[in-house]
Amino acid sequence: MSPLNKNTPPLGQHHLLAGGTPACAGCGGLENIKIIYDILGPKTIFVNAAGCMTLLSVYPFTPFPGSWLYTSMASAPAGAQGVRDALDILLAKKRIPADEDLQVVVLTGDGAAGGMGLSATSGAMDRNLDFIYLCYDNEGYGNTGYQFSAATPHGAKTTTSIMGNPGYKKDLFAIWAAHRPAYVATICGAEPHDLARKVAKLKNIKGPKMLIALAPCPTNWHFEPSATIQIGKLAVQSGHWPLKEYENGRVTHTKIPKPSDERPQVEEYLCRQGRFSHLFTPQRNETVLAEIQAKVDRYWQEVNDHYAG
Amino acid sequence: MSRTLLTGNGAAAWGARLAQIEYLPAFPITPQTEIIETISAWIDRGDMACRMVTMDSEHSMITAAGAAAATGVRTFTATSSQGLLYGMEMLYAVAGWRVPLVLVNVSRALAAPVTLEPDHNDVLAARDSGFLQIHCATCQEVVDTMLLAYRLSEDKRVRLPVIVNLDGYYLSFTREPVELPTLDIASRFLPAPTIRTDQIQASQPTSQGIAVLGGSQYSYFRYEQHLAALASLSVYEELGREYGELTGRFYSALELYQSEDADTVFVMIGSFATKAKEAVDRLREIDLKVGLVRLCLVRPFPAAELAAALAGKKGVAVIDQNLSMGQGGILFHELTSVLYNRPDRPRVITSYVGGLGGRDISLEDFRGIAEETAQAAKNGHAPPPRLLYTAAELTQMRGLQEIAKTQKNSRGHTL
Repeated sequence: MSPLNKNTPPLGQHHLLAGGTPACAGCGGLENIKIIYDILGPKTIFVNAAGCMTLLSVYPFTPFPGSWLYTSMASAPAGAQGVRDALDILLAKKRIPADEDLQVVVLTGDGAAGGMGLSATSGAMDRNLDFIYLCYDNEGYGNTGYQFSAATPHGAKTTTSIMGNPGYKKDLFAIWAAHRPAYVATICGAEPHDLARKVAKLKNIKGPKMLIALAPCPTNWHFEPSATIQIGKLAVQSGHWPLKEYENGRVTHTKIPKPSDERPQVEEYLCRQGRFSHLFTPQRNETVLAEIQAKVDRYWQEVNDHYAG
Repeated sequence: MSRTLLTGNGAAAWGARLAQIEYLPAFPITPQTEIIETISAWIDRGDMACRMVTMDSEHSMITAAGAAAATGVRTFTATSSQGLLYGMEMLYAVAGWRVPLVLVNVSRALAAPVTLEPDHNDVLAARDSGFLQIHCATCQEVVDTMLLAYRLSEDKRVRLPVIVNLDGYYLSFTREPVELPTLDIASRFLPAPTIRTDQIQASQPTSQGIAVLGGSQYSYFRYEQHLAALASLSVYEELGREYGELTGRFYSALELYQSEDADTVFVMIGSFATKAKEAVDRLREIDLKVGLVRLCLVRPFPAAELAAALAGKKGVAVIDQNLSMGQGGILFHELTSVLYNRPDRPRVITSYVGGLGGRDISLEDFRGIAEETAQAAKNGHAPPPRLLYTAAELTQMRGLQEIAKTQKNSRGHTL
């Protein structure tokens, strides 16, 4: 489980994606895109679904040296299908040479991925589309000011759940894995080596390659932009954001947190974010905090039991 | 020249085949499905080199079609009714991408209530989307229009997607003798697809469909699209002549039938206009000087051509096979708005809504329309817009309502 091995590509200081984008300072989603783009290279087309990243390309500027296609909120995977099929047709007919080919990447937020985009995503996996799907998961409808989405964790305050989200985060990883695509992984920009290893690996895999990236969001989760990496690390270390991958019918955890009495408690992750402040002040909501902690502990207990068994 | 019996759907499929389409994202819906079934069978038998992919919805289908067209392959897709509305968001998007694409819509009235039979509320809901619209009245026109539509869509002066419309059932499932152009003739008019300078590829990074900040930039791109749509009118006329010289079948924005010397003119779109033609012949036998002007192009709207065709007429009766709730017939309002400022405009323009959900428009209906419009022209007062519906139909409806009431009551007692 060592993060650094021969399969880990080097991570540079200079990124292919240009700086100065309209994304918010400290955007955790952008962190993922930068690293992924560096590994994939400029012969990549991002097929975008409506969400925060729509504003990366605003006429006449784009931070992408490669191509970009904005589709709609629901249908980015269908756009990827059209581009991939067209490139395959053009290559087969030799209307374009092999070096004109593109890697097709869907870029979507959790609102689209877990909601209206699910049908098109499911369809693309059914058809074994050769593409990469990147969901930057900021756990809510971020671009509209943070309303709760199917990906919002239990208890989080959003503009449409001011008392804390009564629902629970939808398990997109499991939903995707049930389709038995070529590859599924969770990633986080705060764990760049784990992320880079996964992206370098999926580059050589044909078929649907599905990524869910935790995207800590200073603007809507209410923390200082400088804390994005710290928040991401705590999400992983506390066990709240499991890093894992699915391949050939098997799920493997790529970074197992320390045992429950040694790892940071989930509340260390939660208390740094304004969206959970109502769980701590004016008084601690022990019930909800315990419920969240218990859920995380149960998850890792099951993982341990599984590996032990 | 040999002719073959084809349904409207078969004609659309043949049009796609002769256009040498390379890609077909598809989704089934009645009454369109026969088109994709036909093409699918050709692909499976090796008669046609085309990649077909069944999508999860029409919304996805139109997205995939637009994306493939942007990447540089000749793309075709087809739908009807609810499907067109389900994909509506993407019609606007794809038109904004300025990519060549042909979509066949087989018109079917919209729910609720649910029906399978045609009217034009589906396709007219797309009238502001930026897709051009060509409406066919015969199966022959469907084949020919497919080739015209690709040329129009791919023309550098236009670069807009095109909807080719044919009416469900009346055309989709009706066999008519059709003269199929040979592949040689078809490809002389519409050559096999080649590399496009605006297609997305690695050496040509492109940002498509991106955001703008502010109304001024937005307006620029929207006006550009509108001006291209307006310019497509003369391109279509040019192509219609070129096609005619190759095949003997000439196409134009309007079809005029006995309208030149007519006092009263019917204005219509689609296959029901063939009923109007028949009515014109019958009504002339009883000395009603009537004619027909059929719009083949709905977008762009052939305003000047219509004004010229209707100049100085005593009466014009617009028969709309659609209904804008709280307003009336859509075509009537579009026509009156372009004629209003013309000094030579017709004396009266009357409005009739009929043929909804496939309801017939009978010879008697046409006669009533012609006589009422002629009378209105005489006294200078247009009657209020009419919704075509007979007393006999109402009696039948009352009977059905009685049955529905009895059913409801009897269920109530047993529960």
